[in-house]
Amino acid sequence: MPTISQEYKTALRSVSVDLNNDVSLLIDIPDALCERDKVKFTVHTKTTLSVFQKPEFSVPRQHEDFIWLHDTLVETEEYAGLIIPPAPPKPDFESPREKMHKLGEGEATMTKEEYTKMKQELEAEYLAVFKKTVQVHEVFLQRLSSHPVLSKDRNFQIFLEYDQDLSVRRKMPRRCLVVSSRTWLKSADEVLISGVKEVDDFFEQEKTFLLDYSTKIKDSTTKAERMTRAHKNVADDYIHVAAILNSISAEENTALKKHLDKFSDMFEKLRKVEGRVASDQELKLTELLRYYTRDIQAAKDLLYRRARALDKARLKSKDVAQAEDNQRQCMQKFEKLSESGKKELTSFKGRRVVAFRKNLVEMAELEIKHAKNSVSLLQGCIETLKNC
Amino acid sequence: MDALSSGCTVKMGEGQNPLEAMADSTFSASDVLSDLPNDLLGEPPSAVFGDPLSNISKQESTSNPAKQSSKLPSDVPCDIFDPLHGTGMEPKDDGKNASLIDIVINPVTSAKDNLPVDDLLSQPEIDIPAKTKTEQPAELRSEERPKDEPLSVASSKPKKDLFEDSPEDLFSELPKTKAKTKPQMDLFGDSSPDLFMDAKAAADTGPGRNAPADLFSEESVATTTSKSAKSNISANSIVTANSKANGVHSDEEEQDIFAEATVELSLDSPHNNRKTLDTTKPSEPASSLSAAAGSSKAQAKTLEELEEEESEDKFELNISITNPEKVGDGMNAYMAYKVSTQTTLPMFRSKTFTVRRRFSDFLGLYEKLSEKHSQNGYIVPPPPEKSLLGMTKVKVGKDDPSSGEFVERRRASLERYLQRVVCHPSLLQDPDVREFLEREELPRAVNTQALSGAGFLKMINKATDAVSKMTIKMNESDVWFEEKLQEVESEDQQLRKLHAVVDSLVSHRKELSVNTAVFAKSVAMLGSSEDNTALSRALSQLAELEDKIEQLHQEQAGNDFFVFTELLADYIRLLGAVRGSFDQRMKSWQRWQDAQTTLQKKREAEAKLLWANKPDKLQQAKDEIAEWEGKVTQYEREFERVSATVRKEVIRFEKEKARDFKKQIIKYLESLLQSQQQLIKYWEAFLPEAKAIA
Repeated sequence: MPTISQEYKTALRSVSVDLNNDVSLLIDIPDALCERDKVKFTVHTKTTLSVFQKPEFSVPRQHEDFIWLHDTLVETEEYAGLIIPPAPPKPDFESPREKMHKLGEGEATMTKEEYTKMKQELEAEYLAVFKKTVQVHEVFLQRLSSHPVLSKDRNFQIFLEYDQDLSVRRKMPRRCLVVSSRTWLKSADEVLISGVKEVDDFFEQEKTFLLDYSTKIKDSTTKAERMTRAHKNVADDYIHVAAILNSISAEENTALKKHLDKFSDMFEKLRKVEGRVASDQELKLTELLRYYTRDIQAAKDLLYRRARALDKARLKSKDVAQAEDNQRQCMQKFEKLSESGKKELTSFKGRRVVAFRKNLVEMAELEIKHAKNSVSLLQGCIETLKNC
Repeated sequence: MDALSSGCTVKMGEGQNPLEAMADSTFSASDVLSDLPNDLLGEPPSAVFGDPLSNISKQESTSNPAKQSSKLPSDVPCDIFDPLHGTGMEPKDDGKNASLIDIVINPVTSAKDNLPVDDLLSQPEIDIPAKTKTEQPAELRSEERPKDEPLSVASSKPKKDLFEDSPEDLFSELPKTKAKTKPQMDLFGDSSPDLFMDAKAAADTGPGRNAPADLFSEESVATTTSKSAKSNISANSIVTANSKANGVHSDEEEQDIFAEATVELSLDSPHNNRKTLDTTKPSEPASSLSAAAGSSKAQAKTLEELEEEESEDKFELNISITNPEKVGDGMNAYMAYKVSTQTTLPMFRSKTFTVRRRFSDFLGLYEKLSEKHSQNGYIVPPPPEKSLLGMTKVKVGKDDPSSGEFVERRRASLERYLQRVVCHPSLLQDPDVREFLEREELPRAVNTQALSGAGFLKMINKATDAVSKMTIKMNESDVWFEEKLQEVESEDQQLRKLHAVVDSLVSHRKELSVNTAVFAKSVAMLGSSEDNTALSRALSQLAELEDKIEQLHQEQAGNDFFVFTELLADYIRLLGAVRGSFDQRMKSWQRWQDAQTTLQKKREAEAKLLWANKPDKLQQAKDEIAEWEGKVTQYEREFERVSATVRKEVIRFEKEKARDFKKQIIKYLESLLQSQQQLIKYWEAFLPEAKAIA
């Protein structure tokens, strides 16, 4: 499925359009292997930087390694004022697997051809999910590599270069706990940032905007997911309709046979188009929304860290004059953080607008292309039907 | 020519006795028509017409179903009718116009001298050809004789071997039938293409006969056949045939019509025929005859869409059902529908009229029709099922959209139901149909409960069971029926499957529409939160776009349902009716077999009596045997009649089905096309908005 992978690539690249074309550090994931729930990614790096021992190398990494990298970045104090690129979501093959299972159960009720087609659809879907997973991980690394500060991170470099298994995976059970406490903390934090009085207008605005935007985009994402799924269902129904029409026409021997043949054929063609419409919507729209849901969460995290720093600074200042030095340091830290945060947030906004523009334009173009395709198919079919 | 005429004579002569026997024993009323071939054929053609061509014309008339088609130029008809004129019966011009009807009707009337039919058909100016036998007064002709029927009919004649081959093959195909009765059945019971098909299949040796690719081409085959046949007959007619070439189609149609018209009467249930006869008002049967001709013309038209239609005086009967209206309150409420008819048929009192009917009236109509016609093997279109749930909603709910949908769905399916009924040439003739369409107040239909939803299905299933049970018992004599039944059954299965799938398509599309609407709202909200002005604008445009798309999906779901799902539902019901007609055939067969068994027993009893030497009881036994012999013959004939009807009906059904499906498929694809075109428009309008994001 080279076409699909191509599309996913462009789609996801477009999500993070601000990736600069700095050739000093190029990262991609040329290969990945799926073993049950584990996906093994091969992370390939090409670099001219002297920090690295070799100009080109590959290491095996798993999803958990990416999470570890993300978490360490988040926990690094110097980066508090940066938007840490959102961690890639956990690979999820449940939905296509479940569907495959269901399909197997329903095999008896379908014609062979129908079953084969459904299976192909599911395999394509599975493959798409797989490729998307790879791409999301790749994008995460690429965003890091193109970030002026984060690309210099030591842990990041280790992640790229260390050719053994990172030991982080052993900590995984504990990480689950951490995650849950973190999420709990986060929701508490949200209360915090929404409750703290903001002195800086910029951040005040950003805060309200992000909070609002985040809920809205989350909502839109789920709705878009549902919509694309429904569209996919319609496309799948076309398969069944085409198959049954086909078997009916096989038994017909009147003039109707030709018509049914054509009709079945039409459904078969339309289902491909509809399938593409559904998957393009998924790529251009749903995936975009999904990515920015996560990205906005990252931006919110930045605000949260800033709020905490501010809190700390204020706390310290209450703590009497004896720690004035300390307080000044904190204040400085906070100001630095605010400054870089401002920059980050502004660039985030620009990045988001550009990404939306690109994706919406592409989606509109694809929709037009598909609809035109359907129109010409339908016109041709109607023409032949009328003439026979 | 001698050879030809003698050949025909022989053939027909053979057919004569059984035909007569059949006509006499079976139908008193339909005798009228069933007699027709006898007399006609019984006559040595040469006696009637000195001219060979006229012989041919005679043959032609009897072999009407063979559908000869080429039109003769006027000089040929002159030839043909010269003998007639010789008898002094008819002016030439009249002869031309009337020739067709002559052929079809005259024999009937002549055969029937003692019946009132004569009056029905009476037509003073035209005469029965000078048959030796004809005692018919000139009045026998129907006044209704079509003004513009070309004489064409007369011209084309199956040449000898065509004529011989086809009937013979037919005979051989139906081992059980007596050779003689069969041709008659076919002549009258079958639409011509059918006969022709058989003939073709069997006798490929006939000159000029190529296997027709489809139904339509058959016509032309028929034409060529008759042409070549003619050419063998006389050089004269070759010329005529060739010169005639473009008249062919219209002629064909007319011929068709008349073949059908004949069929109509002869196949009508005896009961009906009697009715017609009883009325003896000269005008009515005449008009109904022409109506039959008209309707069959319409049928011919629909079946042969590709044929050019040149028939003037187009038959028209348009029925629409509109204005569903709730009458009454609470649980006694019901929906009344406006049934409007537009017609040019003379059988109706006016050209447009409207009545109000409620659902149970439709069911009542079906019951009446099915009671009368299904036993004869007719496929009576079934009405939509009763729906307690839907109707309760309508009764209770005020303006619930789902009840609105229910009413519209029902309205549409009732409309299709009625259209199917009047599309059927025989059902259209039924007085109940006319009454249903015309009469202001209809007696309240009772007992329609039995047809409600589940009950209806049960009935169909029962019929199915019975059929399958009987199939086991019945040693099918006719492969055609066996195969068709299998086809029907598997098609039924397939259609049910398809129906389920399209149903889920409808619900998935509805889901898609709902989800799109929800997404549109969500995007609108997102747009309102967006702080980039251009992006915010684009997002709200996207929301509007998705709203429109939602509408499209919803409309398309409606089209999925009304154009596609309902078509399938209709045909699932109709296939039930088709099975029902097969079932009727089985029943009729069963009755015949039972009678045979009884007869056998009676004979054995007689033998025993003989042996026991009990002369007193012997006479009674003999009487009984005679009685049962009569019954066996009668039942056998009925079985054959039902078989022929079923066959004809199934063919008609298939043609209708092909037409219906084609129409609906195109309609459906057009609806898809339209929504895709809308989609392009919407997205194209959106594209600049997206590009304007800065």
